Amino acid sequence: MTTLTLSKALNEGLRKALENDPKVLIMGEDVGKLGGVFRVTDGLQKDFGEARLIDTPLAESGIVGTAIGLALRGYRPVCEIQFDGFVYPAANQIISQLAKMRYRSLGNLSLPVVIRIPCGGGIGAVEHHSESPEAVFAHTAGLRVVACADASDAFTMIQQSINCDDPVIFFEPKRRYWDKGEVDTAANLADAMPLNRARVALKGTDVTLLTYGPLVRTCLEAAMAAREDGRSIEVVDLRSLSPLDVETICDSVRRTGRCVVAHEAPVYAGLGAEIAARVTERCFYHLEAPVLRVGGFATPYPPSRLEDFYLPDLDRILDAVDRSFGY
Amino acid sequence: MTVESGGATTTAPASQPAVDPSSQLIQLLTPEGERIDHPDYPLELTSAEIRDLYRDLVLVRRIDTEAIALQRQGELGIWASLLGQEAAQIGSGRALGPQDMAFPTYREHGVAWCRGIDPVKLLELYRGVSHGGWAPEEHKFHLYTIVIGAQTLHATGYAMGIQRDGKVDGDNGEAVIVYFGDGATSQGDVNESFVWAAVFNAPVVFFCQNNQWAISEPLEKQSRIPLYQRARGFGFPGLRVDGNDVLACYAVTKKALAAAREGQGPTLIEAFTYRMGAHTTTDDPTRYRLASELEMWKLKDPIERVRAYLARTGQADPDFFAAIEEEAKKVGARVREACRTMLDPPPLAIFDNVYTEPNAILQAERDQYAAYLDSFATEEGAPR
Repeated sequence: MTTLTLSKALNEGLRKALENDPKVLIMGEDVGKLGGVFRVTDGLQKDFGEARLIDTPLAESGIVGTAIGLALRGYRPVCEIQFDGFVYPAANQIISQLAKMRYRSLGNLSLPVVIRIPCGGGIGAVEHHSESPEAVFAHTAGLRVVACADASDAFTMIQQSINCDDPVIFFEPKRRYWDKGEVDTAANLADAMPLNRARVALKGTDVTLLTYGPLVRTCLEAAMAAREDGRSIEVVDLRSLSPLDVETICDSVRRTGRCVVAHEAPVYAGLGAEIAARVTERCFYHLEAPVLRVGGFATPYPPSRLEDFYLPDLDRILDAVDRSFGY
Repeated sequence: MTVESGGATTTAPASQPAVDPSSQLIQLLTPEGERIDHPDYPLELTSAEIRDLYRDLVLVRRIDTEAIALQRQGELGIWASLLGQEAAQIGSGRALGPQDMAFPTYREHGVAWCRGIDPVKLLELYRGVSHGGWAPEEHKFHLYTIVIGAQTLHATGYAMGIQRDGKVDGDNGEAVIVYFGDGATSQGDVNESFVWAAVFNAPVVFFCQNNQWAISEPLEKQSRIPLYQRARGFGFPGLRVDGNDVLACYAVTKKALAAAREGQGPTLIEAFTYRMGAHTTTDDPTRYRLASELEMWKLKDPIERVRAYLARTGQADPDFFAAIEEEAKKVGARVREACRTMLDPPPLAIFDNVYTEPNAILQAERDQYAAYLDSFATEEGAPR
C-alpha cells in the first residue's frame, strides 16, 4: 500500500496503462510539459515522449475528433478536457460521433476512447470551471460514464476505463485531487471491482445515501456525524453512472427502506431523478418514504463566493436524511 | 498590397491585385474534350485506363439516377444525388492506393464505388435499413458522416495514427483523403482539422467538392475568398482543380497523396464543380437558383468530355460505348431489384451494438420489449 493523492493515483494509473500498451496515448491541452493544469499527467511526456503525450491545439472538438480518428486506426486515446464547462465545444464529437460509432457501424467499429473531465465545484473558480455535466452523457446511449471518488478507485478505474472497448466519460472530482488515500499499486487489475459496479462505502441500516464523485467524502462525513445521533446511514458510491448498478442500489434500499440521492449537479432532470424512478419501481414495497434528492439548484452555477450555499454540504445532506425520516 | 517578387518586396497598384498563379483552374481535359498539358501535372494514362474511368463515370451516374427513381417510388426515404460531381469523385477515388483511407460525406457514392462498396449498401442507409452496413477497414472507406464536417477531424486523427505507425514512408506509405463540401468549410471542425493537420504535418488530403451550393446557400454565404486559398492561412498548399475533369482530379489527388506519404503534410484540393441536381430528393432548387446556371454547367458535363475525347481520338469505338450503356442498364436493374427486395431488420436489432456487451439496463429493456412483442404472437409465429 502506498499513500497517494487522488491526482497522483491517476498519474500512476495512466503511467501503468502507457507502460502496458503501446497503443495508449494521452492528448489534451497542456498535458505535456506542464503535466496538465491539475498535474495529473505530470512527468509522463518526459518518460513516454511527445508522440504519446500529445499537447494539442486549443480546441476541444479537435481533441475528441482526432482521438476518434486515432481510435479508428487502433490507438486507445485518453483525452483530457481541462475543465467540465469546456466539454461542450466537443459535444457533437462525443454525442453524435463517439457514442454512436459502434451502433451505426453494426459493430464493425470500436472506439476505445477515454475522456477525462475534472468536474464539480468547491475550489473558488470562475465561471465554467465548477460544473457537473454527467447527466448529459449518461443520457447518451453508447457512452459509459464513471466517476471516481478516492485515490484507490482513481488508480484502478482509469486503467479499467482505458482497457474498456467502449468510450468512457471519466469524471474526476477536482476538489478531491489533493485528498490522500491508500493505493495498492501492485494489485492485479483483474481482481479489482468491475468498472460497472457500485460500492457500499459504509455499511448502515437506517437509510441508503447514494452518491458519487466529490460528494462521497461529504456523505461519509455526514454518516459519521449522524452516527453520533444514533442514526445508521449506508453510503453507496455509485462509481458507474451509466450503466447504473441498479442491483447494488436496490439491494441496499431494500435493507434500509429509505433512500436519499446526493449530487452536485442540479437536481432537476439529474441522475437522482433516474435513480428515484428505478428505486421506486423496484423497491416500492420496501420504501418507508419517497426517494429524496439533494443537490444543485435549477440555476447556473453561481459565483464562487456563493458556492458553499449552492453545493450540498454535510448539513444539507443530513437535512434531506431527516426529511426522509419525517414520513 | 505587397507581394513577394524575386526576393524584393514591391507594392502592387490597388487596381492590379497580385495574381496567385495557383488561382488558375488546373485542367487536363477541356469541356470540349480537348486534352491539354499542365507542367505540374504530367499524366500518362493508357487508353484502357481512360476507358475504365469513363465506365466508372457512367456507372455511378446510372446508380444515382436509379436511386433517385427509387426514392420517387417510395423505396428510399431520401437520396443525396451526386449528379455533376462524378469526375471529382471518380478522379480522386481512383487516385487512391489500396492502402489509403477515405473519409466520405453522405454524397460520395462515386468514391464508394472506387473502394469496392456494393451500391446496395449505400441504399440501405437511405432506405432506413441501417446507418451504414459496410466494413470500413475492409474497404478503407469510412462510414458516411452526416453532421457536416465532423469527419475531417476523424481523418486527421487517423492520419496521426499513420504517423505513429511509421507509415509515412513514401511509396510504401499510407495517406488519408477526406471529403467535404463548400458549406462545410464554415464548420469549426473543418477549420480545427486544418489546424491539427498543419501543426502535426499529418498525411491527409482535404478534398473539398465545391459544388457551389450548400442546399440553398451559394458560396458567397460561406466565403469571401476562393476556398483553396484558405489553406495558405493554415500553412499548407491549396489548389483549385476543374472538378468536372476526371483526369485533372486524378492527377492532382495522386500528387497530393504522394506528398502526404512522403511526409510533406496536408494539401487542400478544391474541386470546382456543380451540383446539377437537388441537395437531396427533398430539396427544390428552383426556389433559389436560375435554370440558366444549370444550363451553363451542363456544357461542362464531366462525362461528355471524356466521351468526346475518347471518340475523337479513336480510343473508343461505338461498340465500346454501347457495351458500357448495356452494363449500366444491368447495374441499374440489379440495384433496383436489390433495393425492392431488401428486408427490414427485425425489431430487436434496435438493441444490438450499443456497447461491446449489453449492460443490465439495456438487456432488461430488450427483454421487456421482446416479451411485449411476443404478446402479439399469432399461431403463424411471433412478429419478430
